[in-house]
Amino acid sequence: MNKEQQSNDNENAYWQANLKLIAALLSVWFTVSFGCGILLADYLNQWHLFGFKLGFWWAQQGSIYVFVVLIVVYVLAMQRIDQRFGVSDDDGSAN
Amino acid sequence: MDTQTLTYLFVGASFALYIGIAVWSRAGSTNEFYVAGGGVHPIANGMATAADWMSAASFISMAGIISFMGYDGAVYLMGWTGGYVILALLLAPYLRKFGEFTVPDFIGTRYYSKLARVVAVVSLIVVSFTYVAGQMRGVGIVFSHFLDIPINAGVLVGMAVVFMYAVLGGMKGITYTQVAQYCVLIFAYLVPAIFISLLITDVPVPQIGLGSVVSDGSGISVLQKLDNTLVDLGFGPYTSGSKSMIDVFAITLALMLGTAGLPHVIVRFFTVPKVSDARKSAGYALFFIALLYTTAPAVGAFARLNFIDTVHGQTYANVADWFKNWEEVGLVGWRDKNNDGIIQYGPGAPFKGKPVFDGEARGTSGERLVSNAEISSVNEVYVDRDIMVLANPEIADLPPWVIALVAAGSLAAALSTAAGLLLVISAAVSHDLLKKTFASGITDKQELLYARLAAATAIGIAGYLGIHPPGFVAQVVAFAFGLAASSLFVPIVLGIFSRRMNMQGAVAGMLTGLTFTFSYIVYFKFYAPELNNAAHWLFGISPEGIGVIGALLNLVVATVVASFTAPPPEGVRLLIDNIRVPAGVSSPHDH
Repeated sequence: MNKEQQSNDNENAYWQANLKLIAALLSVWFTVSFGCGILLADYLNQWHLFGFKLGFWWAQQGSIYVFVVLIVVYVLAMQRIDQRFGVSDDDGSAN
Repeated sequence: MDTQTLTYLFVGASFALYIGIAVWSRAGSTNEFYVAGGGVHPIANGMATAADWMSAASFISMAGIISFMGYDGAVYLMGWTGGYVILALLLAPYLRKFGEFTVPDFIGTRYYSKLARVVAVVSLIVVSFTYVAGQMRGVGIVFSHFLDIPINAGVLVGMAVVFMYAVLGGMKGITYTQVAQYCVLIFAYLVPAIFISLLITDVPVPQIGLGSVVSDGSGISVLQKLDNTLVDLGFGPYTSGSKSMIDVFAITLALMLGTAGLPHVIVRFFTVPKVSDARKSAGYALFFIALLYTTAPAVGAFARLNFIDTVHGQTYANVADWFKNWEEVGLVGWRDKNNDGIIQYGPGAPFKGKPVFDGEARGTSGERLVSNAEISSVNEVYVDRDIMVLANPEIADLPPWVIALVAAGSLAAALSTAAGLLLVISAAVSHDLLKKTFASGITDKQELLYARLAAATAIGIAGYLGIHPPGFVAQVVAFAFGLAASSLFVPIVLGIFSRRMNMQGAVAGMLTGLTFTFSYIVYFKFYAPELNNAAHWLFGISPEGIGVIGALLNLVVATVVASFTAPPPEGVRLLIDNIRVPAGVSSPHDH
């Protein structure tokens, strides 16, 4: 394999890793918001989280917390994936 | 010191701060004017994005809308935060790697044509002007109440302030001003929320307070009390909505996709040094945004409870001062339908439309006489949703400095977003229409001048729209999202994730999505508003949610058209390969 093909394969593999991560994170995104907060909200409302009906809580608070966590996970996971495939833009300077 | 003096002080000090920052960060080149030279730290960018994002709609209207919509308010809460996950995962890093100045830059280059660029510019201008109309209106309302200036004069003052830091500093001035504005607005939002949470539940953290027990000794939770109170008055319970599930689904999705398609938000990710910074910036932005958005449901619920407690069943003679103060500005109105001198609140509109007062004429209890057409309902009182947040500190009898702070915070929110919007509009004119399409010979200095002129013009038009706005602040803004979702979001994401999507497909898709969504909204909101209900909607989806169908049409038409036209040229394939990889990122530049 010549160097260009190697580089192409590397970038393809990098992209595949990226796509898998995105797919996983978006499924969680969908589940907490559209799933728990909308489609299943009425069903979940039979349970309570302190003074909240559970479906209502997911829709008005819980999903937002999960969204923040999802982006944090994405940033950290991509840092590792970038380094694994040697395509990171991090030159080590603190940011 | 009385409230009004304090308000002038707080607002004046905040304005001086913004203008000071603008002078310090004067833009000297197009690079600085459009993308702040690409040197903004991710945390600063996160704060700026949050302020840019949280407009008068988020600050003033959203809690008010939630307080009246109950569960359904979740469409705005999830819709306006969930989009950041989409931005972070599907757009921001790649667009930063692309490294130019504007969203039409990306669309024009990726789809290798001036036509694509111009269609993107048109979409951008429609979306951004729709959005900015709501902001200037918000500025006017805040000025009119807190500073006792007529709404329209308030709009003009707002325009002048934005003019100064947007035209002087461009993106650089706007970014650092937005950092300051974020600090002001988040402080101004949280302080009253914490106070009110303590008042009602003895719990200082509003997010927890909302789920706590009311401190009046009854032992029931806040939401339970609210549900009961509303049901007693004839409303549906707070924790159940009244919109159909499909409409809630569609509106939420339209808002999320629209968020990720808004040019003034996307462009914020062009201003950081690296691709990894763009991702971090999205995370910081959502964190800073979530601070307000998780507080809003508490503010909304407490506000509704407070309102009912202090208004319903009170005689007009004894009702709190805030009621009469807001009546002066026409954002509260009362018609004593049963002539008992007592304010009764219930479901349904009290009279037709917003209160139109009969000059200074007063009724038997001393109220301003409303001359609107009658509607037979139990409800006698009109309260404008836009003021639930603004009046909350007064309703809860908080000290005057809190009220002054809320005024400064609301203005910070409105002005920061207005500036961001005006910048993308002016960049679209000077960079995309002039430099890149119709007048490519102009120099950098000339382009900078045109950018400033365009910003000034856009401010004028925005001011006009602020004086003649088409609806509640947050709902006007919701339409901009539907338009962004159906026009810009799809070609950008396809441009990154699909190598096959070509110019013809993208253009056909954008035009289809934009036209469909725009027509649907105009039809139901302006042309035939009497038909604007679930019986006539397509699939039961309201104009606020139709952007989802617009986006779907965009995708389908784009895919079909691309399938029988030529694939993109080799240069574009290399571009796509390039933007998918973080390494090799450079400072933003003009190609």
